[in-house]
Amino acid sequence: MAEFGNPDVIEEEIDILLIGGGMACCGTAYELPRWIEASGENVTVKLVDKAAMDRSGAVAQGLSAINTYIGDEQDPADYARMVSNDLMGITRDDLAYDLGRHVDESVHLFEEWGLPIWKTDENGERFDGSKGMPSLADGGKPVRSGKWQIMINGESYKWIVAEAAKKALGMENIEERIFIVKLINDKNDPSRIAGAVGFSTRNHTIHVYTAKAILLAAGGCVNIFRPRSVGEGTGRAWYPVWNAGSTYTMAAEAGAELTLMENRFVPTRFKDGYGPVGAWFLLFKAQATNAFGEKYMVRNKEMLDDYPPYGQAAVPASCLRNHLMLKEMKEGRGPIYMDTVTALANLRETLSPREVKHLEAEAWEDFLDMCVGQCGVWVGENIEPEKKNSELMPTEPYLLGSHSGCCGIWCSGPTDVGAPTTEGLGEGIPEHLPSGWNWGYRGMTTVSGLFTAGDGVGASGHKFSSGSHAEGRMCAKSMLKYVLDNKDFKPELDTSVEDLVEAVYKPVRTFLEHKDYTTAIDVNPHYITPKMFQFRLQKIMDEYVAGCATYYQTNAEMMKVAGEKLDMMKEDAEKMRAKDLHELLRAWENFHRLVTAEAHLKHIEFRQESRYPGFYYRTDKNFVDEENWHCFVNSIYDKETKKWTCFKRAHVDLVDKSKLFK
Amino acid sequence: MPTFVRTDKCDGCKGQDKTACMYICPHDLMKLDKDGSETGHAMKAYNQEPEQCWECYSCVKICPQQAIECRHYADVVPLGGSVQPLRGTDSIMWTIKFRNGTMKRFKFPIRTTPEGSIDPYGGKPEADMSKIEDNMFFVQHNGYRAGDPSELICK
Ligand SMILES: Cc1cc2nc3c(=O)[nH]c(=O)nc-3n(C[C@H](O)[C@H](O)[C@H](O)COP(=O)(O)OP(=O)(O)OC[C@H]3O[C@@H](n4cnc5c(N)ncnc54)[C@H](O)[C@@H]3O)c2cc1C
Ligand code: SF4
Ligand code: SF4
Repeated sequence: MAEFGNPDVIEEEIDILLIGGGMACCGTAYELPRWIEASGENVTVKLVDKAAMDRSGAVAQGLSAINTYIGDEQDPADYARMVSNDLMGITRDDLAYDLGRHVDESVHLFEEWGLPIWKTDENGERFDGSKGMPSLADGGKPVRSGKWQIMINGESYKWIVAEAAKKALGMENIEERIFIVKLINDKNDPSRIAGAVGFSTRNHTIHVYTAKAILLAAGGCVNIFRPRSVGEGTGRAWYPVWNAGSTYTMAAEAGAELTLMENRFVPTRFKDGYGPVGAWFLLFKAQATNAFGEKYMVRNKEMLDDYPPYGQAAVPASCLRNHLMLKEMKEGRGPIYMDTVTALANLRETLSPREVKHLEAEAWEDFLDMCVGQCGVWVGENIEPEKKNSELMPTEPYLLGSHSGCCGIWCSGPTDVGAPTTEGLGEGIPEHLPSGWNWGYRGMTTVSGLFTAGDGVGASGHKFSSGSHAEGRMCAKSMLKYVLDNKDFKPELDTSVEDLVEAVYKPVRTFLEHKDYTTAIDVNPHYITPKMFQFRLQKIMDEYVAGCATYYQTNAEMMKVAGEKLDMMKEDAEKMRAKDLHELLRAWENFHRLVTAEAHLKHIEFRQESRYPGFYYRTDKNFVDEENWHCFVNSIYDKETKKWTCFKRAHVDLVDKSKLFK
Repeated sequence: MPTFVRTDKCDGCKGQDKTACMYICPHDLMKLDKDGSETGHAMKAYNQEPEQCWECYSCVKICPQQAIECRHYADVVPLGGSVQPLRGTDSIMWTIKFRNGTMKRFKFPIRTTPEGSIDPYGGKPEADMSKIEDNMFFVQHNGYRAGDPSELICK
């Protein structure tokens, strides 16, 4: 019988492995079986998720809006332009454009499966999604809470999307509660992927998978910076605490090229509860003010002119909106408020009592569908939004590629939108890496057979829940094609199963070996608990790498110090302990956080400018340098030497950005 | 901002080997204390790492006994409020109590089809292998936005 410290080892050979059960993998799970069936081949698939698909990933709690819906009145090019400007001009138009073409297909499916989508009638009155109005696919009019967003009753969003995915792929091909620790390269060709290793958080089993193609879509990265709340409220991060950078770390260790890891997202949200602000700004037309009721976006408007052209679009880049707010905070004119009182009073003047009642429900639903914790703050502090304004606050930084951020993995894009096929900036790019933006199968990384989607895909952003699902579906097609084209390839793991097992179980061995050395289980010179490891990482990142502690500021010297400290953390990572399976999960999550954090540091260090003012500032390079740094910063990691190599890749516009400024 | 389990309501999911709350928590927080050695309450569940709770309410909504509630995080939020859902098959009811006693109730739809009724490929065409390298998915739902080709600079 397997027991703690003595696990069973289960080896499996499949053709395609899907890592993660979030929006992206649910998209793949839906699209893939149909193509396999059409191919007539016996292609085997397995999906593993560290959690239960019904409530895993960033959509676990539900959402109140689908943030990417193009509609028939907008063009994918408009969408690519918006993505680009919001991310300070450096994104891959090919990826954004392709996503814009495909995303609405997934939204229409969600509605067919049962997701309630709000509609407006011919008089502009809003109705929730349970009313029998025409579906979007049949011309129904969604309620826009912004140019790209549509409102939903989304409490069960993930539940619905997972139901379709599970039925399509079949539960016999899905295993939940498997945490993947590492990817494994091919023994005969290190530039290829050959498998992955993980463990069950429920049984004492280690799982070794051999696969021809792998989709790595394990979400973004949360909790590498010290959060604003450090007691019981530590878990109330904005992005879900359980996305721990597995995507970026495992890809980097497998040799995949990363891109724009210097980018981060620092959302401005309702203070302490992290409640969403989008509907308040866009649907309820509320304004944000300083302590004296002044609108900082108006008061500090001229600051936008320091960052042409990104500050001059109708909607300035997100980081610049933070930049204008931070001025108020730094100069002592906080707290910052969302003026909910005025906004709701204004709306009452034009609406009927029935509509007002509906409006109040809408405001609460916005939180209840996706951020109940904010309601917790409101009820505890007796805040009724029509009577009392709420504070806003910029959060700690997050790393992600599907929301309003663009860090991630460098991926092969579509071939039909005019993307470059050669490389403009040759210098410093390691020779084994491809040139241009489409070197292989759609969604494939620079490691053969390794694909990614959603938060994994860098240099795009703003794909959100719907776009992540669509991106997963695109990968389904290209992965199958890859497998069929490589029929005769037999992957061989470059590491023996025994070594893999020992590596994964090391924190357990360390604990069992040393636990009786001291009387207090958590204080022992031979090991570090995952929790203390996380605190240490967060302290370093917060204090030296532009966290909240320094108002998001850093410089070359601070980063040098941080680098030394992270090097020692990497050594100490070998001494992480796990006293049970739950702690083994935490140990590996925190290791994934560490390597992701290091990538972030190395990229900010390499980029000799402050590309995202309001998200981070290099005080020694406090400007945007369009001449030298209007380019991608990419990197690769060597898992043997544990060193990063950063380099530039040229940026090219595929759609005309000047249209944004007319 | 953690969940807690009420001793008077939790029945340990009647001794099944997988409790509902353990099954669902995305962060592996809910744990069944089989022999009472961890909490003093045998065969009842508890949140083993409250400071890691996202307060996503997944466990609260799924518990068949309504035994799980949230006490909003003590280092930030004043005591006395509560936000409690009752999730049905097609809608969710929220009961919201403020610290000062004000109460609000809301009901929102959660899905328009019966749970478990999705037929993923029912009535849909098969995939066409000759199109595997083309854009678009195996099935079209009126949502593919081909785009105006003149918008692409380099084409
Ligand atoms: C607070 C918040 C608000 C948002 N608001 C909106 C909104 O209003 N509208 C909108 O459209 N989108 C919104 N989003 C964005 C949307 O949720 C994401 O874009 C989308 O979920 C990304 O999909 P993904 O598949 O990349 O990652 P996820 O959906 O997060 O899935 C990641 C998956 O990987 C699994 N996993 C992680 N690590 C491992 C590992 N090592 N081994 C195995 N499995 C692992 C996880 O369990 C999970 O299943 C929001 C997200 C958050 C957090
Ligand atoms: S789901 Fe509810 S009843 Fe079941 S073990 Fe958890 S708390 Fe107890
Ligand atoms: S609220 Fe969410 S994170 Fe907290 S214990 Fe329940 S399921 Fe887990």
